[in-house]
Amino acid sequence: MKKVIMGNHAVSYGVRASEVKVISAYPITPQTHVVELLSEMCANGEIDAKFIKVESEHSAMAACVGASAAGSRAFTATSAQGLLLMHEMLHWAVGARLPIVLANINRAVGPPWSIWTDQNDSLSQRDVGWLQIYCESNQETQDTVPQAFKIAEELQMPVMLVMDAFFLSHTYEIVDMIEKEQVREFLPPYKPDIKIDTADQHSFGNLAGPDHYMELRYMIQKAMDRGLDVIKRVDSEFEEMFGRGYGLIEPYRCDDAETILVTSGTVASTTRVVIDELRDEGVRVGSLKIRVFRPFPIEDVFEVLSKAKKVAVIDRNISFGAHGIFYQEIKSALYGRTDIPIIGYIAGLGGRDITPKVIREIADKAIGDEQPERYINWIGVKI
Amino acid sequence: MKAPRIPMEELMGSGHLACQGCGATQAMRFALKALGPKTALTIPACCWAVIDGSFPHSCIELPIFHTAFETAAVVAAGIKVGLEMRGDSETTVMAWAGDGGTYDIGLQALSGVAERNDDIIYVCYDNEAYMNTGIQRSSSTPVGAWTTTTPVDNYKKEPKKNMIDIMAAHSIPYIATCSVAWPEDVIAKFRKAKEIKGTRYIHIFTPCPTGWKFAPELSIQMARRAVTSHVFPVLEITEHGQKIEVWKDFEPTSVRDYFKPQGRFKHLTDEEIEGLERDVEQKWRRLLAKEKMMASIPGME
Ligand SMILES: Cc1ncc(C[n+]2csc(CCOP(=O)(O)OP(=O)(O)O)c2C)c(N)n1
Ligand SMILES: [Mg+2]
Repeated sequence: MKKVIMGNHAVSYGVRASEVKVISAYPITPQTHVVELLSEMCANGEIDAKFIKVESEHSAMAACVGASAAGSRAFTATSAQGLLLMHEMLHWAVGARLPIVLANINRAVGPPWSIWTDQNDSLSQRDVGWLQIYCESNQETQDTVPQAFKIAEELQMPVMLVMDAFFLSHTYEIVDMIEKEQVREFLPPYKPDIKIDTADQHSFGNLAGPDHYMELRYMIQKAMDRGLDVIKRVDSEFEEMFGRGYGLIEPYRCDDAETILVTSGTVASTTRVVIDELRDEGVRVGSLKIRVFRPFPIEDVFEVLSKAKKVAVIDRNISFGAHGIFYQEIKSALYGRTDIPIIGYIAGLGGRDITPKVIREIADKAIGDEQPERYINWIGVKI
Repeated sequence: MKAPRIPMEELMGSGHLACQGCGATQAMRFALKALGPKTALTIPACCWAVIDGSFPHSCIELPIFHTAFETAAVVAAGIKVGLEMRGDSETTVMAWAGDGGTYDIGLQALSGVAERNDDIIYVCYDNEAYMNTGIQRSSSTPVGAWTTTTPVDNYKKEPKKNMIDIMAAHSIPYIATCSVAWPEDVIAKFRKAKEIKGTRYIHIFTPCPTGWKFAPELSIQMARRAVTSHVFPVLEITEHGQKIEVWKDFEPTSVRDYFKPQGRFKHLTDEEIEGLERDVEQKWRRLLAKEKMMASIPGME
């Protein structure tokens, strides 16, 4: 069945279809609709889940940690300040190897207060060890929820699903709805071998000396390494059942492209429009959307980008004192294997619109400029 | 105090990592005797995070989930719901935190749990400072005490926070205080708590020889004198905060005798001790007056 729904509700319906058992969340704009609809679904019995209405995001993640450790499928959603407040418990979920799924609506971080989109909230959590998947449409968002649980439960690692505030969270699109009866075949009930269980006692997370800690970290990295294959496989299983797949990355008209624009989130759709425009003018350009950011699909990215003559990365984020964060990732993925120029563009922070005109400006700059500033080019700054 | 039969069964082994004379270790042993094997624990950062043992060892024969400092209450709530949703509604879930994890950094999450009346037992084992990190003040540290952050030249001037009143203000079904000097009472209170649904708060007074600077063999004596000197009242609050019962059936002893063996009070002058004695007595009278007043409210007789 197809329905016109908003991005936030696409998350909620994805959660319903995934038969989540425990939800714990705290409201923050622009995430509120996700949890409002879920509370309603819990109250009217549409989902057989308990909703723990905590007093903060730190506690929301802590409650999910407890529930997941007890062997139940757990979900939360948040944004910006909320995600930052969770930081300590994001680490905890990884160290405890708990397959929690979190939807983060990308919102700029204060001060000054901003409710509009950029990626600094989720990207500042880059190194906590959560898998990160950036979604581009409401359909993809809904479909990514059960995918995320399947990936998480197989790897025993938490997964963050990420989407742009307003441009996606509040935008209505047609979504082919998935239902739990079908999804159950794709995502069976969560039954972990090790969990909090009085019949099988373990002490979880107690003191580990230098003799043991490093091995546990090594195993987390191994899970991440395995993650790329697992994500691909889960995605193709999903595609087989539902006819829709999304991949790790999504190249667009890249085959003979001399210049490739690298994007993520909703900017990817706008960029495709500009690519078509430029192609009509005979310019050989393409774009590459990064869907999976952690684990970073180095080989897939390399394969696409190494054929180009120039790479331009559009970052709706900034690592102060360094560069755009996707830029850094792309650079390190290509390092030592090619010498094509990689140019970084910072655009759209704090929800400033990245229109086709803005992308065109970036493309023109990247294509035309013989010696562009390599690392960081600010687009549209009025100073 | 009635003496319950104390189970022989031990759920806590001897291979723990506590200091000699640790009151918190005794408290755990008694609590587990009362709760039995259908119990799961969560422990935040505190001495007990270490006492449990170092991987791959644990001194407790129950599932324990170690968690971040400020999260014991809400992680316990999450565990309880997580267990229920996978068909186990029988297991008692207990959060076991220190005074720092309760009075200070964990107060917000604990308040959330209590306000929702989440179905857990929350235990504060009170050694009146951050002991795990080397004896720094907490808001449970008593007025007059030395800690590494309240040095002798500027010892703690602020009174111990009234955690019991804070919990009573949440209208939870069961609140109790007890001291490791009376194991029967500790066990009876945990047994009672186990049978109640909702948030149950148990506050155990657990002397710390290392942090209070007294000889380990005096631990139980300190636990007893704190109560008999009225420094730490033993009580129960039921009827969702409406009914207080204070235990008074003992020979009172002096605050001075309680302070004397403890290095943390060594710097206090006679006048200062007298002042503190007056404070303790005044608080005790207020508590008894409150007990009486609450009992006299129509509908509470
Ligand atoms: C967020 C955070 N801040 C600080 C610490 C360091 N820390 C660990 S235990 C502790 C004190 C614990 O005191 P209390 O709760 O009274 O337990 P005790 O050690 O006295 O048993 C502190 C400050 C921490 N683990 N986490
Ligand atoms: Mg303490």
